[in-house]
Amino acid sequence: MKISAEEIKKIALLSRLEVKDDQIETVGKQLNDILSYMDLLGQVDVTGVKPTAHAVAMSNVMRDDVPRPSISNEKALQNAPEQDEGCFKVPKVIQD
Amino acid sequence: MLTIHELHEKLVRRDVSAVEVTKAFLAHKDTVEPKVRAFLSDSREGALKGAAAVDEKIAAGETIADLAGIPGAIKDNICIEGQQATCASKILEHFKAPYNATVIEKLAASDYISLGKANMDEFAMGSSTENSAFHETHNPWNLDCVPGGSSGGSAAAVASGSAVWALGSDTGGSVRQPAAYCGVVGLKPTYGLVSRYGLIAYASSLDQIGTLTNDVEDCAIVLNAIAGHDPKDSTSIPQEKQDYKQALVNDVKGLKIGIPEEFFGEGLDPASRKALDDAMDTYKKLGAEIVPISMPNMKYGIAAYYIIAPAEASSNLARYDGVGFGMRVDGKDIVDMYIKTRTEGFGDEVKRRILLGTYVLSSGYYDAYYLQAMKVRTLMKQDFDEALKKCDILLTPTAPDTAFKIGQNSGDPLAMYLGDVCTVPLNLAGLPGISIPCGYKDGLPIGMQLIGKALGEATLLRAAYTFEQNRTDLRMPSPMGEVEL
Repeated sequence: MKISAEEIKKIALLSRLEVKDDQIETVGKQLNDILSYMDLLGQVDVTGVKPTAHAVAMSNVMRDDVPRPSISNEKALQNAPEQDEGCFKVPKVIQD
Repeated sequence: MLTIHELHEKLVRRDVSAVEVTKAFLAHKDTVEPKVRAFLSDSREGALKGAAAVDEKIAAGETIADLAGIPGAIKDNICIEGQQATCASKILEHFKAPYNATVIEKLAASDYISLGKANMDEFAMGSSTENSAFHETHNPWNLDCVPGGSSGGSAAAVASGSAVWALGSDTGGSVRQPAAYCGVVGLKPTYGLVSRYGLIAYASSLDQIGTLTNDVEDCAIVLNAIAGHDPKDSTSIPQEKQDYKQALVNDVKGLKIGIPEEFFGEGLDPASRKALDDAMDTYKKLGAEIVPISMPNMKYGIAAYYIIAPAEASSNLARYDGVGFGMRVDGKDIVDMYIKTRTEGFGDEVKRRILLGTYVLSSGYYDAYYLQAMKVRTLMKQDFDEALKKCDILLTPTAPDTAFKIGQNSGDPLAMYLGDVCTVPLNLAGLPGISIPCGYKDGLPIGMQLIGKALGEATLLRAAYTFEQNRTDLRMPSPMGEVEL
């Protein structure tokens, strides 16, 4: 097994997802099948090969620093489940 | 099947009005849509209003754009201000786009008409449109089969005659494979040719908006409307605007077409193999040179793609946290709220890819999976560079087989992933690809993929156009009947 039940729980928490106990087996089998297939990549000799993060090599695309209209506060908030005084409202972050 | 260019002629000659065209398509759509279910929304009021505006322009003697007044469909991961953009996910069910994608701004400048947002696999993750949180879409050629995915709604809308053209998005084949399954023309442009601003991100280094149309000329028309540099997308390539209609030349004499043997392996269905061999013969007879080549690193495409794409997705989809996009499920604290919202809002395939992506990026596994995949990506890109030094374009299958039955691959995600073997390498290399029909098996279309150099869309379109013009035997009556004007 590439990935244990414990690791799935850990990864799920990092992903902010819940994998219920009765799903662990199915999810684990599917992830294991996929990760076993990925072993194929281990065969490739990549000595001296640089990684490609992006097909088109471009970096630091600049534009002139001039003010321009942006989205209104009202529009930015139109999909907020909860808002208050022009801000997104979230549950209390720091617990008592 | 009515095309954009035919309808444009009719509009300009005033044989028919734009309102009549839209009404005729709406009537046809109302008949076929209960069986096909290609759409997630209906924007007929806006469509009729847009058509009336085009009629006013025609009446005033103004020149209209090629696409003006021609009904289309837009994949539901592309933002149209004030409309839904669900990505076929429950988590965005009530989200309304606050702005237009750049492609929509550009289409608006051409007086486009949209009949509605098209169904898809949730967040463009899938190859069958079965992963939509709302409903399945059926293949117009055989309603028991999938239309392909993830742009299955877009492809089925065009193939069923409900829309003349559609936009999709292609991260690993999501325009080309449904085009192949539905017997239409699907283009994934070079990465950076079409702006991604307002396309809801899945895997940002691979995503590209593409076109679905009935023929190659229509493909050039839609590409003309949407291509071009956009300062709002920092990965957009600065370059001069081209007229892709100029590329529609019926001539491939001297064109070197590479045939990479790795795309014609064991898994390829014999009927598809035969159709592709016939296509090579057609090109040979027309004076093209067929060049057998080898691209040894292609066999790692699926493994590299299914590490890189989920890794990027796990980061991109972190934004759906119950704060800014409509859905929130309350929890006992903020982390519990995040978890409950995401667990209820995302479907199984999306969760699987987020878990996979988080795993391959996590400490201890990063080098073995993600970094290794990015290095293999370099090797694959080098294979393409070599091949396209020797050849002008490459010819491959779009998919190993024709459309499969609905439900056939559910429960086996790896089997579904392996079907993307012919399409994912192009996204990893950022290259353009077009799928065009090249045959039929048991009444289902077979797709041929042509691959071009970066920004080599003109050559691709010429090769595709020449094939289409010389293989009129492949033209079939529309599977769900013609629109009556």
